Amino acid sequence: MSDVQALQIDIKGIREGLLVTLPEGEWPALEQALLEELARRGEFLKGAKLIINVDAHDLNVAAMSRLRDRVTDSGLLLWGILSNSAQTERSAQLMGLATRIHDGSRAPEPEAEDGYEEAAAPQDIGPDGGIMVRRTLRSGASLHAPGHITIIGDVNPGAEVVAGGNVVVWGRLRGLVHAGANGNAEAIVCAMDLSPTQLRIAGHIAIPPAERGQVSPEIARVQDGQVIAENWTLG
Amino acid sequence: MTGRVITITSGKGGVGKTTATANISAALAAMGHKVVCMDADIGLRNLDVVLGLENRIVYDLVDVVEGRCKVRQAMIRDKRLEELYLIPAAQTRDKNAVAPKDMVRICDELRQDFDYIVIDSPAGIERGFKNAIAPADEVVIVTNPEVSAVRDADRIIGLVEAEQKGPAKLVVNRINTEMVERGDMLAVADVLELLAVELIGIVPDDTAVLVSTNKGAPIALEPKSKTGQAFRDIARRLTGEDVPFSAGNGNNGFLGRLSKLMKSKEGRNA
Repeated sequence: MSDVQALQIDIKGIREGLLVTLPEGEWPALEQALLEELARRGEFLKGAKLIINVDAHDLNVAAMSRLRDRVTDSGLLLWGILSNSAQTERSAQLMGLATRIHDGSRAPEPEAEDGYEEAAAPQDIGPDGGIMVRRTLRSGASLHAPGHITIIGDVNPGAEVVAGGNVVVWGRLRGLVHAGANGNAEAIVCAMDLSPTQLRIAGHIAIPPAERGQVSPEIARVQDGQVIAENWTLG
Repeated sequence: MTGRVITITSGKGGVGKTTATANISAALAAMGHKVVCMDADIGLRNLDVVLGLENRIVYDLVDVVEGRCKVRQAMIRDKRLEELYLIPAAQTRDKNAVAPKDMVRICDELRQDFDYIVIDSPAGIERGFKNAIAPADEVVIVTNPEVSAVRDADRIIGLVEAEQKGPAKLVVNRINTEMVERGDMLAVADVLELLAVELIGIVPDDTAVLVSTNKGAPIALEPKSKTGQAFRDIARRLTGEDVPFSAGNGNNGFLGRLSKLMKSKEGRNA
C-alpha cells in the first residue's frame, strides 16, 4: 500500500464484476501498470470477472488476446472491454467479450456460473436501454448487451446475439439469438429474414424448421409457454 | 520497387490454399511479374511439393528468421519460370518458430525486389494464420461450395477485418457445375450471399489439378486447361484488370443469377 502508483488504476465493483478504469497514458505502459496492480491485489481479486475500460485505445485482436491471456495468468477472467474506439469494440466482440455493461454502479451480485436464465427478476430496461450496431456479425462474433439490440446488417451462422431485452435485425438473422436473456419472457425477436440456427427467449429454446418457403419479416415471442413466429406486420 | 503482399488463407484446411498459391504465383510470374511465394505453414510444408521444388531446398523460412542465412539464400528459383521464386517452410519446427513481426520484416525486405509476394497461410486461426496475415496488403480467402468451408471463411473474413487487412477477396474453388444444377451443391451465388465480399475467382472442380499437383507442375501454365484459365483470370484480377466471369463457363442460368447478385451487391455498397 505504500507504493506510490504513477498510474492510478481504479477498480470498483459493479453488477457484472469488477470495473477497471485506466488513467491517461500510452497503451503498453498502461497494460503493464494494470497487470502489476492485478498482481499486487492478486489474492483479493482471484477469480473475479474484469471489465476493463480502455477508453480510446485502439486494440486489435492480437493485442486483446494477449491482454486476456495475461489477465488469465493473474488468476482473473477478462469478461468485458469498454471502449469508444470502434476497432477495440470489434476486436472485443470477435473474441466474445462483452462491450456494454448495465449502466450503474451497484455492488456486484453473486451470479450463477453460466446462467443468464438464473438471474432473478426481469430488468427494467427503460426507454434508452438499447444499442444499435450497423454491420454484419460474422461467424465467431458475439454481441451481448443488457438492454435491447438493434442490428442493421446480417447475423451470420456461427455468430451470437444475446440481449436482456428485444433483438431487432434489419437483415438476415441466421446465427444464434437470445432475447430476454435475464429471464424476461416478454422479450421479442424480429428480423427481415428470421432463420436463426437457434432462437431463445428467456428460458425457452426453439429450433426453427430448416426448409422455409418465401422469406418475409417475422416476429418471434413466447405465447402459452411456446415460442411462436408470425408475420411482422404493422399494428 | 514496392511489391504487394498477398496472403492466401481459408480457415478450414483442404480447400485448396496451397494449390491456389502455387497457381496464382505461377500465373503472375508468367505474366512477366517478379514473384516470390512463401510457405507460412511451418511444420506442414507442401508448397514446395506442389511446385516440384522439394529436392532443391537448402535453407528455409525459419533459417532466415533465426539468422542462419540471408533471405536471398532461402529463395529457390522455379524450374520453368525465370521470375518465380519460393521460400519454403521448415518441416522440422512448428508455427511458434516465427512471429508476425518476423514476417513483416522479411516481406519488407522482399518488397524491394519483387512485384508480388504471395503467402500460403496454414489452416486455422492461431499463430500460423496471424503470421501469414501480418505483412499482408491484400488477403484472398479460398473456400469450397460447402457449408463448413463457408462458415470458416466467414469467421476468417471477420478476423481479417478486425486486423484492418480487409476487405478480403474471395475465390470459390472446386465448383462442380453439374452438381449445382442438380441442386446438390451450394452455388457461388449462395456463397456470396452469405459472405458479401468481392469475388475474384471461380475455379472448377477438376481432377487434372490432382495430376498437376502430384507432378509438381502448376495447371495455370497449361494454356488449354479451363482450370488453368480460371487461375490466370484470378491473377489478372489481382493486378487490377477487369476480367469478366463468362470465360470458360457456358452456363447461362448460373452465371445470370451470379451477375444479378453481384450487381445488387454493388448497388448495396454504393
